[in-house]
Amino acid sequence: MSKLRWLQITVLLLGFAFLYIPMISLIVYSFNESRLVTVWAGFSTKWYSELMDNRQLLGAAWLSIKIGFLNACLSVILGTLAAIVLVRFRRSRMRKPLDVMVAAPLVMPDIIIGLSLLLLFVSLENLMGWPERGQLTVILAHSTFSMAYVTVVVRSRLVSMDRSLEEAAMDLGARPLWVFFTVTLPIIAPSLVAGWLLAFTLSMDDLVVASFVSGPGATTLPMMVYSSVRLGVSPQINALASIIILVVSVAVLIAGILMYRQEKRLRH
Amino acid sequence: MVAESPIVQIKQVSKNFDAVYAVDDISLDIYRGEFFSLLGASGCGKTTLLRILAGFEQPSSGRIFIDGQDMTDVPAYARPVNMMFQSYALFPHMNVADNIAYGLKRDGMGKAERAERVQEMMALVKIAAYAKRKPHQLSGGQRQRVALARALAKQPKILLLDEPLGALDKKLREETQFELVNLQERLKTTFIVVTHDQEEAMTMSSRIALMHAGRIEQLDTPRRIYEFPATRYAAGFIGSANLLHAHVVSQEDELVTLRSEALEREFVVHHGQPLAPNMDVSIIVRPEKIQVGPANDAPNKVEGVIKEIAYLGDVSIYHAEIAPGVRIKFTQSNVLPLAEQPLSWEQEVRLSWSPYSCGILSQ
Amino acid sequence: MNKRLSGLIAGIPTFWLVVLFVLPLLFVLKMSLTEARLGLPPYHDLIREMEDGLITIKINFGNYVILAQDSLYLSALWGSLKIATVSTLLCILIGYPMAYAIANSPKHLQTPLLMLVILPFWTSFLIRVYAWIGILKSNGLLNNFLMWCGVIDEPLQILHTVWAVYIGDAYSYLPFFILPLYATLVKLDRGLLEAAADLGARPVMQFLTVTLPQSIPGVVAGSMLVFIPVMGEFVIPDLLGGPDVLMLGKMMWIEFFNNKDWPLASALTVVLLVALIIPFVLMQNYEQQDSKDKA
Repeated sequence: MSKLRWLQITVLLLGFAFLYIPMISLIVYSFNESRLVTVWAGFSTKWYSELMDNRQLLGAAWLSIKIGFLNACLSVILGTLAAIVLVRFRRSRMRKPLDVMVAAPLVMPDIIIGLSLLLLFVSLENLMGWPERGQLTVILAHSTFSMAYVTVVVRSRLVSMDRSLEEAAMDLGARPLWVFFTVTLPIIAPSLVAGWLLAFTLSMDDLVVASFVSGPGATTLPMMVYSSVRLGVSPQINALASIIILVVSVAVLIAGILMYRQEKRLRH
Repeated sequence: MVAESPIVQIKQVSKNFDAVYAVDDISLDIYRGEFFSLLGASGCGKTTLLRILAGFEQPSSGRIFIDGQDMTDVPAYARPVNMMFQSYALFPHMNVADNIAYGLKRDGMGKAERAERVQEMMALVKIAAYAKRKPHQLSGGQRQRVALARALAKQPKILLLDEPLGALDKKLREETQFELVNLQERLKTTFIVVTHDQEEAMTMSSRIALMHAGRIEQLDTPRRIYEFPATRYAAGFIGSANLLHAHVVSQEDELVTLRSEALEREFVVHHGQPLAPNMDVSIIVRPEKIQVGPANDAPNKVEGVIKEIAYLGDVSIYHAEIAPGVRIKFTQSNVLPLAEQPLSWEQEVRLSWSPYSCGILSQ
Repeated sequence: MNKRLSGLIAGIPTFWLVVLFVLPLLFVLKMSLTEARLGLPPYHDLIREMEDGLITIKINFGNYVILAQDSLYLSALWGSLKIATVSTLLCILIGYPMAYAIANSPKHLQTPLLMLVILPFWTSFLIRVYAWIGILKSNGLLNNFLMWCGVIDEPLQILHTVWAVYIGDAYSYLPFFILPLYATLVKLDRGLLEAAADLGARPVMQFLTVTLPQSIPGVVAGSMLVFIPVMGEFVIPDLLGGPDVLMLGKMMWIEFFNNKDWPLASALTVVLLVALIIPFVLMQNYEQQDSKDKA
C-alpha cells in the first residue's frame, strides 16, 4: 500500500515538474540582469521597466484585451444558445448538425480555421466591401472556436441540472422565457463565467488565426510576441510572460475557489 | 350535488413514445375534494399520466378537462393545477420564502398580500422558522414541506403529488402520511398522488386507480380494491393473496360452488355476477382470512402440512402444503409469546374460510 | 415553447457555425482548385467571365499534382503523422500515470491537482513554447544542468531538432490528454477492483484486467485531442524545430505567407483535413458514447 503511495507521489511530482519548470524558469530569468537569458548576472527589474516603456507592445496588449473581451461576450451568448439547443431541444432538426459543428472547432488545427476564414473574408470583401480585415474579423474568427468551448462547459452544467426545476417554475405559472431568466440562468451562471474566462483566454492566446485574418492595422499581443521571439530569446518577453502567469494564476485560483464553494453549496 | 361534478375528466387519453404506449386509452373522472391515488409499479404509466395533467407532456390522443374546461392544449404555466415534484425541485438559489413566493409573483399579487400568503403557507406546514434558509440547509423532511407549501401557495384547484413521500425514510413517511391527509381535509383541495407504495395509497386515498401497462387495472376505494380485487394482477399487487384454480360447478342465488381438480374438493364462494358453468376461474383468499383449527360446519376447508414459517413480529406467515406442489399462505397474530406458539414445522393443520371472505377472479 | 422563439434559439448558433466554419472550408476547397498568379489577389478565380461574355469554370488539379510529385510535401505529411504519433505516445506515457495518480488520490486533493494540470493551459501557449527555447538551447538550462551533473561533456543539440518538437508538443497538449482520461478513470466503479481483489487478483493484475480495459475510451479520446491539433501544429515546429523538421502546418504557413501561393496552401489544408477525418470520427464516437452514459 505505502509502496504504491510513494509511486503515486513520485509520478505526480515528476509530472508537475515537467509542467511547471518551464514556467518557473521564465519567471526566474525575467529578473536576470543579463541580456543572455540563461546566464545569471544578478537580480534586476530593469526588463519590467523596459517593458512598460514599450509602446508597441502595450498597444498590442490593449488591442488583445479589447478583442478578448468582446469575443468572450459574444462566445458566451452563442455557446449558451448552442448548449441549450443540444441539451433541451431533443426533437430539433438542427440538433444533430449543430452537435457535429460544435465539436469540430475544438480540435480543428487553428491553421485550418485561420486560412479558411481569411478566404471567406477576402471573398466577402471582394463581393460587398465588407468586412475590412482588422479587429472585427479577428473577433468573428475567435468567437467561432471560442463558442465551441463555451458550449462544452455550459452543456455539461445543463445536463447535470435537474430538469424538474424548470418544470416546477413553469408549473407555478412562469412562461418559458421567464423560467430561463429566473431559474435556468442563475443555476448555470458559474458555467457561463467559466466559459467567458475560457473564451477570453483562448482569444488572448491565439497567434495563428489572428495572423491570417488580421489586417495591417491590428497587431495582437501574440503576433507581437511571436515576431519578437522569432528573433531569439528576449528578457522583455520573460517579463511579459511572468506578468501573464501571475495574473492567470491569481485569476484561476480565485475562480477555482469560487466555483468550489458554489459547487459545495448547490450539491445537497 | 357538488361531489357529483368531476373536477378532472380524462377522456380516452393515450401517450405513446414511438411504439411504446406509456398511457393506453385511459378514461377517468376525479371528483372535487378527492384524495386520489395513481398506484402502480414503475413504468406502468402513472407518472406520465400525472405529467399530462400538469401539462408537461402532450397526450398523443384524447382530451383533458379540468373544471369543465378543455385543458389539453393549455401550456403548463396557464393551468389551475400545481405539482409537488418527486425531487422537490426547490430552486437552489432562492431561500424558503422566495421559493414559496415564486408562483405568487408570477400572478402579479401585491407585495403585502404576497408576504402574508407566504407566512400563512409556512405556518401551515410548520417551517416559518426556516424562512431565510436555502434549500441545501434543510433536512429532507423540511424540504418536502417547503415543496408542499410552494405548490399550495397559489391555491390550485388540484394539487398533483409525484411520489410525495418517496425520498423520506420509513418512520418519517408514516407520520407525514397522516399530516397530508389532515391537510387535504382542511384545505378541501383535490389531491392526485402518484405512488408505487400500496400501503401509502391505502392509508391516504379516497380512491385508487391501480395502473398496469398503461391501463387502469382497477378503480375503486382502497377497501374494495383489497377485498374484491378485479383481476389477478390487482390481487397480487395489493396485499398478498392465495389463488386456487377451480372451475364452476353450479351457482345458486349468489353462492357459487366450484371444484378444484388439484385439491380434489369443492368450495363455495359468494359472488354477485352470474358465471357460466365449467368456466375456469381462480379463487382468491387473503392469508389473514384463513382460520386455523377444526371447523366442521365451514364449507371451505383444506388440510395441510406447515412447510415454512416467517416471523414478522406482530404476525407470522405460514406456508402449508395442501396438495403435492400446492401451497397456501396464512397469517396468525402473535398473541402468545413465541415459545408458546401452537404451530411449528411439519405440523398438520386444518384450514378454513368463509364463503364471504374470498372471491372469484375470472381474469 | 413558442415555435418561433425556439427556431431563433437554434438558428443563431447554427447559422453562425455554417457561415463561419463550414462555408469557409468550402472556400478552401475551391481555392485549392484555382491557379496561382502573381499580383492581387494571388490567384485566378475559378469562375471567370471571358472577353466574349462566356462564363467558364476552370478547375485546376495542378496543386494536388504538385503535392503528389514533390517529395517535400510527402515528407511533410509523413513528418506530421510521425510527430503527431510520437507526441501522442509521449502524452500517454506521461499522462496516464498522472491521470491514474490523480484519480486515486484522496477526494479532497483531486480538484486542486486537476486545477494544477489545467493552470498551464490558461497561460499563454506561445509563451510556454518560448520557455522551452531557454531550456533546450545549447547553453540552456537542460544542457547546463546535465554538464554540471557530469552526464555529458559537451552540450547536446536538442533545440532545432525533431526531439524539441516532441517535447514541446507533449508539454503543450498534456492537459488535453489528462482531463478526459481522468474523467473516465474517476467514474470507474471501485467495487470492480474490490471484486477482482476478492477473486484473487493482485494489484498489477487488477490494473491490467479491470482498470486498463475500461479506461481505453478515455485514452482514445485524450489521444485524439492531442493527435488532431498536433497534426496541424505550426508554432511548435516553427519555434522549436529546425528547418529540416517538416510538417503540414508549417509548410502551409510558408506557402501562404512566404511564397504567397494561396492555392497551394489551400491544397495542403485539404490534405490535412482529409488526414484528420478518421481521428475526428473516433473522437465523435467517444463523445456520443459519453453523453449516452450521462443520459
